[in-house]
Amino acid sequence: MNPINYLYLAALLFTIGAAGVLIRRNAIVLFMCVELMLNACNLAFVAFSRLHGNLDGQIIAFFTMVVAAAEVVVGLAIIVTIFRTRHTASVDDASLMKL
Amino acid sequence: MSPSILAAASTTSTGEAVQFWILGTVAVIGALATILMKRAVHSALSLAGTMIILAVFYLANGAYFLGVVQVVVYTGAIMMLFLFVVMLVGVTAADSLKETLKGQRWLAAGAGIGFGILLIAGLGNASVKHFNGLGEANAGGNVQGLAALIFTKYVFAFEITGALLITAAVGAMVLTHKERTERARTQRELSERRVREGTQVTPLPAPGVYARHNAVDIPGLLPDGTPSELTVISTLRERGQVRDVSGESLAELAALEQRSSEWLERGGTGRSAEQRRGEQARQRDEEATR
Repeated sequence: MNPINYLYLAALLFTIGAAGVLIRRNAIVLFMCVELMLNACNLAFVAFSRLHGNLDGQIIAFFTMVVAAAEVVVGLAIIVTIFRTRHTASVDDASLMKL
Repeated sequence: MSPSILAAASTTSTGEAVQFWILGTVAVIGALATILMKRAVHSALSLAGTMIILAVFYLANGAYFLGVVQVVVYTGAIMMLFLFVVMLVGVTAADSLKETLKGQRWLAAGAGIGFGILLIAGLGNASVKHFNGLGEANAGGNVQGLAALIFTKYVFAFEITGALLITAAVGAMVLTHKERTERARTQRELSERRVREGTQVTPLPAPGVYARHNAVDIPGLLPDGTPSELTVISTLRERGQVRDVSGESLAELAALEQRSSEWLERGGTGRSAEQRRGEQARQRDEEATR
């Protein structure tokens, strides 16, 4: 097996995540799909790191994880705030900038 | 470190191939379940499974530190945060299945498939005949290698990451903090308001059916045997997780009435009624065996 198969898997997972962002309406599930896409990118970076034989790809994946953690914290806080004012987590209902 | 590992390889071990095809299939199934499951909790659990499998792939690719971090940070912290918010928010947040834009779902699926074909075709054009492998880079240890890079070449990115994390923590606190605009009511004011409104002066009735069920999801029964909505908390009512046992007790009540009427009949008409009672008892036994 060639390690490029990991890249194919990463592309597939990224595609599934992107389709999920387009299809789903629940803000929490949207966030999960974004996480799935980030994870797919991480897998690609790790596979690239192995293909090239240096650790730079793993460093990038590490920073991606940190950014993803920060993004999730802020994003979920926004979802909680929207839910508190509108009593819904659907992204369709958050169509106005103000309440 | 043997020279064969250090040299550029062109293929991986059979064990890794078997692991890739089995776990890769499961990962794709988990990803599909994430976007197709109707309840957010199921999506979160599917995604956690996919992330654990990705951690195994990181380990297989020589990223030992990242594999452990993936389990600890992603499946441990981030997914638990997701589940926490799902429990907080998702109680009443049923995902609307109504399409607001006509045909949007099919267009989205088509766009996703097209995007996937483009990506995978692009990868197919790449000529990766042999690869270097991490044997040389990991020779001094994976964590040591990463640390050497983080604290030299990527030290600015690392420090900016620290600033980002602090900003995120402060942002989350600012966003979820709720400013109280009016004074909190005292217990006395609350009780006075209850009396004034006159809707529910006493505490709410307890759930459960006396001496039979005491679970919180079982509504108490009114004197006529129908379940009382007030006895179950609103969260369970909204989720539709109320277990109704009123049918059982109504059936028991009917059986009791039947027995008492039989008893009264026997007292009234004597032998013929006793024969009837025997028939009814046999019928009851048959019903019981059914």
